[in-house]
Amino acid sequence: MHEETQEGHRPNMSLEMRAWNIRRKALLMGEVQGQGYIGQALGVADVLATAWFHALDYRPEDPEWEGRDRFYLSIGHYAIALYAALMEAGILPEEELGTYGMDDSRMPMSGMASYTPGMEITGGSLGQGLGIAVGASLGLKRKGNPAFVYNLMSDGELGEGSTWEAVMSAVQWKLDNLICVVDFNNQQADGPTRDALAEGTQAPKWEAFGWHAQEVDGNDLKDLVAAFDAARELTEPKPRVIICNTRMCKGVDFLETREITHFVRVEPDEWAKALDTLEEGKPQ
Amino acid sequence: MTLASSRRKYEPRKAPGGKVATSAMIASLEAEGYDTVAAPFGEALVEAARKDKRIVGLTADLSKYTDLHVFAKAMPERFYQMGMAEALLMSAAAGMAREGFIPFATTYAVFASRRAYDFIAMAIAEENLPVKVVCALPGLTTGYGPSHQATEDLAIFRGLPGMVVIDPCDACDIAGMVPAMIAHDGPVYARLLRGKVPSVLTRHKPDYRFQLGKAQMIREGRDVLVISTGLMTMRALDAAEALASDNVDVAVLHVPTIKPLDVATILAEASRGGRLVVTAENHSVNGGLGEAVAKALLLAGVTPRFRMIALPDEFLEAGALPTLHDMYGLSVAKVKDQIKGWL
Repeated sequence: MHEETQEGHRPNMSLEMRAWNIRRKALLMGEVQGQGYIGQALGVADVLATAWFHALDYRPEDPEWEGRDRFYLSIGHYAIALYAALMEAGILPEEELGTYGMDDSRMPMSGMASYTPGMEITGGSLGQGLGIAVGASLGLKRKGNPAFVYNLMSDGELGEGSTWEAVMSAVQWKLDNLICVVDFNNQQADGPTRDALAEGTQAPKWEAFGWHAQEVDGNDLKDLVAAFDAARELTEPKPRVIICNTRMCKGVDFLETREITHFVRVEPDEWAKALDTLEEGKPQ
Repeated sequence: MTLASSRRKYEPRKAPGGKVATSAMIASLEAEGYDTVAAPFGEALVEAARKDKRIVGLTADLSKYTDLHVFAKAMPERFYQMGMAEALLMSAAAGMAREGFIPFATTYAVFASRRAYDFIAMAIAEENLPVKVVCALPGLTTGYGPSHQATEDLAIFRGLPGMVVIDPCDACDIAGMVPAMIAHDGPVYARLLRGKVPSVLTRHKPDYRFQLGKAQMIREGRDVLVISTGLMTMRALDAAEALASDNVDVAVLHVPTIKPLDVATILAEASRGGRLVVTAENHSVNGGLGEAVAKALLLAGVTPRFRMIALPDEFLEAGALPTLHDMYGLSVAKVKDQIKGWL
């Protein structure tokens, strides 16, 4: 178990507990709307817990603090998961959880910068986040700001040509302040990502382009912590990628074993059941 | 299955009046009887950047052909060569703007409007970031054919909420639009004339200065009101001079900002004196200045006789620029003929 020891927004709470809280909040939001990308949220919860409660530097009371590490959500439809993490981090008030996806909510179904504190970019048009992150990394370097830019993207975005433009550029500019995190759940809208454009093992591709690449079990907190640490501490002047192999619906076994699709259908009576199932696995 | 015959152009073609030289790539507009200024965009950007440290320049392998090389040479540490990757160019410009910079991103108008549109729309415009997209080869300013002729860029960017759209006429407009673009806290799409750019407007109206969002009367006239933008204002002014000797009195209202459109000035001028109103633009008949003016007039109930000079709704031919401008009605002679024919 990884124990956090920092003060302020990172009190002594285990990453397991953080990840569990993120899953629970995401399920509660899904229950509000009776829908949502809950499969992705449950799958990526450990990655978000590691990012927000181990790796990132930020001030919850000042989400636009100049010294913060930037966290870009390229995958707008994962907003439900990031909202949960932002609430857990104290950036979004938990009281707003019940407004998810509603009219006038600050938490629309697809993440947008102008709606939500802590949502740095408007994602959703897939293949854009990494390019914006390249520009922000260049901008931070121009300013002499030592912050990192994290870009969380999906495996499906590996099919977008613009992703690879950004991959090449990050190497060209030696962007050692850029950390790309790929949530590899092998599921895009029409089927497995590996059957589409993300064939083969991923890390060697990124390495061939000149990146420092790690491929980890994205639901193993210990592996994730080690990977994020390695990415931050690397001294080589190159961009870093962490490819996180995750399992859709992780933490709710009856959903995990269901035939997984891009948009996991949860019946109205199953939200409570999912929350109960999660409760059974609550970390001690 | 065979191609429709209208798509075939294999028959030997006769050059009209012998060989016509073309500067297809460079698309210089000199030899129009005006003095020229070298690289007015590059020079204006350097001047502005000396005063404002937020300004950076980015290009996708087209610094030489967008006059950004002047900036790159003067301020190499503020110049970013992003390679032949327009999606990245626009995304990275957005990222730099997020960090407080004012990026000028240059490429050709076809690549910005067609290839990089989604990135300009979502990474830049939707977040109202102060990225200035400056694009060479607007409309029909190259003889390379449709791959390089941005005949629908104004229509595309007019459709983008929050986007300011500028089509400058000459070196004076370009020198003036750069500080105005910087002063505007939001995204701008500007068409660019590069290389040796004519000085047109101040010859016709010595006190002319570019003002963002303002249409300005360059020449008064009783019979016809031409409402023009971009290099077509130059053509309209020259045609007006030629028509004066035929006792046709032509006014020219120059509209360098297509969006937001100076509706008040356009309505005031179009309401005056029962003149034939002719719009003139270096752009498709669809979605450019002509349609924008027509909408403004109709909504206001102002209904003068109305005609449009614009490029046809077609993929245009390749060839020498003077030939093409004649063929598609943008040359001074053709502007003059069209106006005379409508009187």
